[in-house]
Amino acid sequence: MAQQTTGTAQGAQVARDPRLIVDDGTPRGLLSGALRRLRSGELGSVPVIVGLFVIALVFWTLNDKFLSPQNLSNLTVQIVAVGLMSSGVIMVLLLGEIDLSVGSVAGVCGVVTTVLAVQYDWNEVAAMAAAVVVAALIGVIHGTIFAKVGVPAFVVTLAGLIGWQGAQLYLLGADGTINVPYDGPIGYLTQTYFVPAIGWSIAAAAVVLYAGFTFYGESRRAAAGLPAKSPTEIVARTLLLAVPVLGGVWVLNSYKGVPLAFLIFVGIVVVFDLVLRKTRYGRMVFAVGGNAEAARRAGINVDMVRISVFALASTLSGLGGIMFVSRSFAVNQSTGGGDALMMAIAAAVIGGTSLFGGRGSAYSALLGGLVLGAISSGLFLLQMDSSVRFMITAVVLLVAVILDAVSRRSRRAHARG
Amino acid sequence: MTQPILELSGISKRFGAVQALSDVHFHVHPGEVVALLGDNGAGKSTLVKVIAGVNPADSGVILWEGRPVKVNRPSDAQQLGIATIYQDLALCDNLDIVANLFLGSERTAVGVLDELEMERRAQELLDSLSVRIPSLRVPVASLSGGQRQIIAIARSLLGDPKVVMLDEPTAALGVAQTAQVLDLIERLRDQGLGVILISHNMADVRAVADRAVVLRLGRNAGDFRIEDTSYEEIVAAITGAADNPVSRRSGRAAVPGTEEA
Repeated sequence: MAQQTTGTAQGAQVARDPRLIVDDGTPRGLLSGALRRLRSGELGSVPVIVGLFVIALVFWTLNDKFLSPQNLSNLTVQIVAVGLMSSGVIMVLLLGEIDLSVGSVAGVCGVVTTVLAVQYDWNEVAAMAAAVVVAALIGVIHGTIFAKVGVPAFVVTLAGLIGWQGAQLYLLGADGTINVPYDGPIGYLTQTYFVPAIGWSIAAAAVVLYAGFTFYGESRRAAAGLPAKSPTEIVARTLLLAVPVLGGVWVLNSYKGVPLAFLIFVGIVVVFDLVLRKTRYGRMVFAVGGNAEAARRAGINVDMVRISVFALASTLSGLGGIMFVSRSFAVNQSTGGGDALMMAIAAAVIGGTSLFGGRGSAYSALLGGLVLGAISSGLFLLQMDSSVRFMITAVVLLVAVILDAVSRRSRRAHARG
Repeated sequence: MTQPILELSGISKRFGAVQALSDVHFHVHPGEVVALLGDNGAGKSTLVKVIAGVNPADSGVILWEGRPVKVNRPSDAQQLGIATIYQDLALCDNLDIVANLFLGSERTAVGVLDELEMERRAQELLDSLSVRIPSLRVPVASLSGGQRQIIAIARSLLGDPKVVMLDEPTAALGVAQTAQVLDLIERLRDQGLGVILISHNMADVRAVADRAVVLRLGRNAGDFRIEDTSYEEIVAAITGAADNPVSRRSGRAAVPGTEEA
């Protein structure tokens, strides 16, 4: 130990160390604690939320339709496909690897769904399920070649990027485009909106569950004599969650209601966040991303973790591909192609997941997706074309990566990892 | 003495054209500290990796409490009750202290990580080792070298091991911290654990070890009881000759003024 501290005190009193700066329970104490963490480079989601406000403000000044419920509702559905791909990319980034194949896998899954449903007359739900299984298998192939053979993930998934796009073109055949019916389960995915009551109940349940579990967990910690969050902090955190959730539902309800597609996306993000933070599996993913050799020596099956993460990434991309099909009622040669891959990776990084591995959160997909969605939606309203969108997206991405690198250095200087 | 808890015989390991270990024998009893000594490249690390299951041996027998066992993976060794603390500590810098302590053996309740139980046990454990760290929820990257060593040793004790293997545990530590670690090693021995201590520091070895096993160029080069062996004998075994730089030097120091002769 650098600072020698002779353990004279024994028992429960030892738990608290005089060197530890503890936030007092007052709002002022919470605020100063938050500012201190920000300064030492623990930026978390703050930059992306600030960015989101700035973007919204700029576009709203240029065109007040931007913040209209209709535009915001459309925006939430537009970001779902890329957002799902982005959730998968985040898992891979947490390992410190990259998956370049997510766009092609999304495309090939869209085609598998459509071919099975339209040309082979399968039940549409069965076709979607089959496509998701295909996506998972693709991920297992990528992961196995990477983990067992030791080919760099960059190269494996680059081959996947090219190969699965080829498979997509092959399956589409000469037609190039296959349409799906408007009124099947596939179409309903992005056309269904819930009545206001359901939206409100889901939002209220989310807030109540969060507050309840947080309060329960913290009171158990306090009872066990461990440092716990004060009631003021729990209330503040609950409010920070309640405002965007209830506000979002209110906005969506003033148009058509909460879209099913967006609810699926948010649900998946929440589940992934809980898996990453609360389960042994999530802990293993972070451990492999932080120090694979340490994880291996701790008895973690590193190969299994890697293969499963690549499988999850491909599965989520497959779901994203189905969402692409649902939104355009068709699959064609460019489904999942074009800028989808780059946007998925950019969203993950803009959302705050580190490219250096072992640091990030599932919410990056939601936040990053909203940033990119807001930019393209705003520029569409201003009738700008892709050229401007690409340039602005590039700047936002660069700012996000610079923030990542700078905060990484700042964390080093403040000894926060 | 009682039956060895861990016994290796005829262990051989090859890396390409290099015979890293050939026909090595090694054993440790419960409640015994065995120092594993050897010059650089003598095969100490390779033997450690064989015992820990990181690099299984090509041939040879491993007996655990007298029964032959296979140790092909780190988890095999862990399940037997062999804990290894490596020189490079093998901690995950991005995880906090509690997460590192329980890495690979997390406690769960209804399928969810039981952070409360883990933090409580971590606090108890560190208190029992008289270690004070301000917060158990800071990433390990923020700790000093000595603190990281303590965390690494503490981690190995959570699994209730029967054999603890320490690779150069005091190499990066100051005087007081070294004494703390040596105390800890003696406490482990008194609890009836077998301790394997890999060290270059002869003072540490003489202070806590009961026996010293010397490897030289991948072969056994001696097995000494520390209390009836002189420093020179052990050094001779490590270097492979009675006439070695260390004993020449100590000879000169013992009779000052004879260097010119």
